[in-house]
Formats: sequence, C-alpha cells, structure tokens
Amino acid sequence: MELFDIVFYVFALITLGSACVVVFSKNIVHAAFSLLFTFFGVAGIYVLLRADFLAVTQILIYVGGILVLMLFGVMLTNKVINVKIKTGTMQAWPAGIAVSILAGLLAGVFYSNWKDAQLPASTVDATTHLLGEMLMTSYLLPFEIASVVLLVALIGAALIARRNR
Amino acid sequence: MPVTLDYYLLLSAVLFTIGVVGVLTRRNAIVVFMCIELMLNSVNLTLVAFSAYLGDITGQVLVFFVMAVAAAEAAVGLAIVISLFRNKQTVNIDKINILKW
Repeated sequence: MELFDIVFYVFALITLGSACVVVFSKNIVHAAFSLLFTFFGVAGIYVLLRADFLAVTQILIYVGGILVLMLFGVMLTNKVINVKIKTGTMQAWPAGIAVSILAGLLAGVFYSNWKDAQLPASTVDATTHLLGEMLMTSYLLPFEIASVVLLVALIGAALIARRNR
Repeated sequence: MPVTLDYYLLLSAVLFTIGVVGVLTRRNAIVVFMCIELMLNSVNLTLVAFSAYLGDITGQVLVFFVMAVAAAEAAVGLAIVISLFRNKQTVNIDKINILKW
C-alpha cells in the first residue's frame, strides 16, 4: 500500500466518522464542530485529486463562512438560560427504508466499469490559472448570475432575519 | 489495493447517504441544514473526482457554482430559521407546520 492510498484512507475515515457524529450526536454544538472535520477531510481529498484551489476555497467558504453562520444559528435559536441544546431523533423506520432504497440505487452505480479509469499523469501543477481563465471566458454568464444570486441572497437574508419595524 | 475512481465515488455515495439519514431522522432545522451541506459536499466530491480522472477541469468550475448556491442557501435558510424561532420559539420542524393545509 502506497503513501497515497494511506492518506486517502485517513481522509476518508475523518470525513465519514465526523459526518456520522454530525448526524447522530444529540448535542448540536458537537454536531457543528464535527462538521468542521468533515469539511477539512473533503478538502484533503480535493488535494489528493489535484484540485488545489478548490481545497483552499472549500476551507475558506465552508469553514470560514457557512460553518460560522451555522454556529450563529445554533447560538441564536437556543435559549441559553435553560440550556436545552439537545435534539431527538424520530421516524427511524421510514427513514431507514428510504435510505436503504437510496443506498441500493447508489450501490448499483458501482457495478459499472469505473475500475478501469486511471488518474491521468499530472500535466498542470496548479489549477488556479485555468479555473480563472474558464470563469472569465466560457463560464462568464453563469459566473455573473452566481454573483447576482449571492447579492440577492444577502439582501434577502438581512431582510428576513431583521426585527419588525 | 490502489485507490481508483470508484473509491472516491463510494466515499461520496456513503457521505450522501449519511446526509439523507440526517435529513430524514433529525428534527432540528439547523441539523437538517448541516446534513444538506453534507450532501452538497458529497456531490462536489463526485464532480472533482470525475474532473480529475477525465483530465477535464470543467467539473471544478461547476463545484464553484455549487458552493455559491450552498452559501446563498445557508444564509437565507438560517435567516428563515431565526425568524421562525422569534415567532414560534422552536426550531423543531414537526412543530413548524404553518405552511401545511
């Protein structure tokens, strides 16, 4: 087993283990903090897949932005005085049936011939230049639309969360 | 065993399934959000894996747009959750049924 494979297994283990904690932990703050490790694990796998710029973006946007937002949400929606930052699970049976159907569908994908694919020899050392070029040429319109979507979401979120006048 | 494309696909499938389990079983709206982020991450992982193995960088551009939508979704969703909590004093999604008819 090469070093590459060992690193993959370590990151996969971190990702899946902390994802399980997110789902099954009774304490929401614990769930939010283990989401951090999930994001870091996914970023590590991006590095293994030679998506260096995306790995950094993953950490910046998810850990620096979305996770902080989640933590604010957790803090703002739980009364701090009578500490009840707990959450229960229910409807386990319907969920189990739905998930096993979905997992079966996903497992069906792996009977195809993906095994033959090989990671092509590394041609570029950094993806930043290529990505920037693509975003500014062939994907310019989606890029601009994404910026408008973000602006609208920003204004809308501020408007919704605001206290009534 | 060398790590091949199907390892990444399997990892992302398992991550997606964990996210679905969370959305279906947890009753706290914020945890449901976290599980949606897990699912979005697993889809991003699939896109990046295919992009790497096909030697085509277009998949990574798509991941950018997915991240932008995820950020917008998290911002608006949490604003709605906070606004609902202010009005109903709960984030249990079984108790928030004012849109049911």
